Amino acid sequence: MTATVAPTLLHGDVHVGDALPELRYQVTATTVVLGALATRDWRPMHHDKDFAVNRNGTQDIFLNTPNQAAWFERFLTDWTGPHGRLARVTFRMKGSVFPDDVMMLRGVVEETEVDATGCGFVSVAVTLAVEDDTKTTCAARIALPRTAGDNPWARRGDQWLPSPIALPEVDRHVGP
Amino acid sequence: MTADLLPRALEMVGLVQYAEVGEFPVERGYIWSSCASVENGNPLFWDDAVAGALTGGPIAPPTMVSVWFRPHNWAPGRTEVALPLQVHFDLKALFDLPEAVMTDNTIEFHTPVRIGDVLRTHQVLRSISEEKTTKLGTGRFWVIDVVYANQDAELVAVESYTGFGYQRASGGAGS
Repeated sequence: MTATVAPTLLHGDVHVGDALPELRYQVTATTVVLGALATRDWRPMHHDKDFAVNRNGTQDIFLNTPNQAAWFERFLTDWTGPHGRLARVTFRMKGSVFPDDVMMLRGVVEETEVDATGCGFVSVAVTLAVEDDTKTTCAARIALPRTAGDNPWARRGDQWLPSPIALPEVDRHVGP
Repeated sequence: MTADLLPRALEMVGLVQYAEVGEFPVERGYIWSSCASVENGNPLFWDDAVAGALTGGPIAPPTMVSVWFRPHNWAPGRTEVALPLQVHFDLKALFDLPEAVMTDNTIEFHTPVRIGDVLRTHQVLRSISEEKTTKLGTGRFWVIDVVYANQDAELVAVESYTGFGYQRASGGAGS
């Protein structure tokens, strides 16, 4: 038996300029270490304060990039619900997030579009800041259902175009 | 000073390098640890009924794609720490640039990753800049793509990193 899951947010409900619900989080050493281990990042600057301070010259251990990606994903899908299908993210790291920081994630819808296959996408500019200092920016493109019966996750092959702008041409041959 | 090394590095541009198979199948314990680390309650990853309805069964959070290729910190017979994104470290060594940072990271998501998948990957150097000086020091920018596929050769994700390898202007230790 397959359950029916109603979408939380439809593409047509979203407009340019909409602000996503903010996410405020008190970072601790546990946050940093848990995030590093969950992403299999064993490098000492994410769990060893002595190394981080004396070798890296930072004030403390700090959140690693893959864990920040997980924070951004959580922030976006808290808003979209489980139908939201992440298509593409671009991060730019400007500073580090340390224990005792209170991080704020904020997002604004920059674009809505329906692509040539009929898939509805929204582009969101997300910032991760500590006080007023932006630590990381993230440009995200995420698919949303256009109707109650639509499901972006059902798209495959040429019906799923995660990037409106092709990445640099690369040998994407993945066969044997 | 490193200009004479540039032609050697440019020979690597566009080549498929470091084709690897993941050391372990995708498993739910790590998915739940990752979700717990960011308090992600998306039912897609916790509720099999929701996953069944939307994705035909449990999947991994898309942003976890690189997690499945981070080597164990130790493995039998391994004498050196294995490094992810080896092309990045090759370029640091080639140009003798002891420090490096990643400035940009783009991930494009294709076929979802499922429990039990054994992923494979390869790396492609896309470009290397001329020598540049930033507030960090003097060095070069490079762009490396990491391509991920599943055991059925379906494209899972393409990740693109921009790195800056550099020499500090005035000594000191770094990452």
